[in-house]
Amino acid sequence: MRTILRTLLASVIVLAAGVATLAATTHGFRAYTSETARRIEVREHPRALPAVQLETARGELINLEALRGQWLLVDFIYTRCMTYCSVQGSQYAQLQDRMAPLIEAGTVRLLSISFDPAYDAPEELAAYLRRSGDRGAGWIAARPTDPESLQALLRVFGVTAIPDGIGGYVHNAAIAVVDADGRLVHIFDWDAAAEAERYVRDRIRS
Amino acid sequence: MAAHMLVQLPLLAWCGWWLAQAIPPRVSRALAPWNRSGITGLLLASITGLFWMLPLALDRAIESPWFELGKFLSVPLLIGAAVALSWSRAGFVVRGLVLAETIAMAFRIGWLYLAAETALCANYLLGEQQLVGKLLLAAGALILLGLAWKLVLGHVDVRDS
Repeated sequence: MRTILRTLLASVIVLAAGVATLAATTHGFRAYTSETARRIEVREHPRALPAVQLETARGELINLEALRGQWLLVDFIYTRCMTYCSVQGSQYAQLQDRMAPLIEAGTVRLLSISFDPAYDAPEELAAYLRRSGDRGAGWIAARPTDPESLQALLRVFGVTAIPDGIGGYVHNAAIAVVDADGRLVHIFDWDAAAEAERYVRDRIRS
Repeated sequence: MAAHMLVQLPLLAWCGWWLAQAIPPRVSRALAPWNRSGITGLLLASITGLFWMLPLALDRAIESPWFELGKFLSVPLLIGAAVALSWSRAGFVVRGLVLAETIAMAFRIGWLYLAAETALCANYLLGEQQLVGKLLLAAGALILLGLAWKLVLGHVDVRDS
């Protein structure tokens, strides 16, 4: 009898500890993949962007911090990508059209950051913008200028890019929203430009 | 991914099993009343196994050294050693339950990995995930065949301890 009670007690403790660990890791059983987890973490605890230097498609050096005061729609790219990245690019061009008044007012900027800076020199970035149908204003394509900056960006945005074995990368493409205080506040699916646009519009109005 | 889930994790568990053989009899006798029929130990191993089957946990183990350390400690101790201390105490019913659940879990997770249209781990490609799915289905089938073989042709002690 005593061994039954002891075993029951020990099992209940093991079960409680197990459920608590699972709940803590999965954000209360809401996230089973790291992609869902990163979105929940960003929504609940907005992250400050690192003050890193970027080189734009025009060859200019800008600091990410200098973009503070505007809402940013950020995506991560590599220009050699020939699959859905072309859709990603043309979506951004359409966003440029739809959000033109906000872009002109200096409230919103689109930012595409390359995670393949060794290849994506300014010329490549400029070609990417042209290919995607860049309307000419409010869309910056840029690469980090040193490996530490790249690592800092990937860490804060939670971007993972792995070689796909045929010369390219597989990465968790998404549209990240940065508010006017320079904080990453939301992450949308890479093909959910309309939702990202609505999210920003709702918050600018209020 | 296949190496991570189906080679490294089982090897770590095996290390724990092997380490548990060095536990002095005095200690295992002291633990026994808290582990009747091996239930506590097998429960601990099941929950730990469940945890390391989460795609999120696999990604975290690759990205964070602390998580990786947690894996290298928890899989040998909480799975391997726990099973080593519990399996011999478990009777027919408990063993049957654990084996049936292991087979079912291999099939469920295997099918999920095979059928998912996107990569569930950020650090692994879809193709690797599908390979793991197939291997898990094969592993489940192998355990099932082994069990069926034993039930039909071998000697099975159906008394519960």
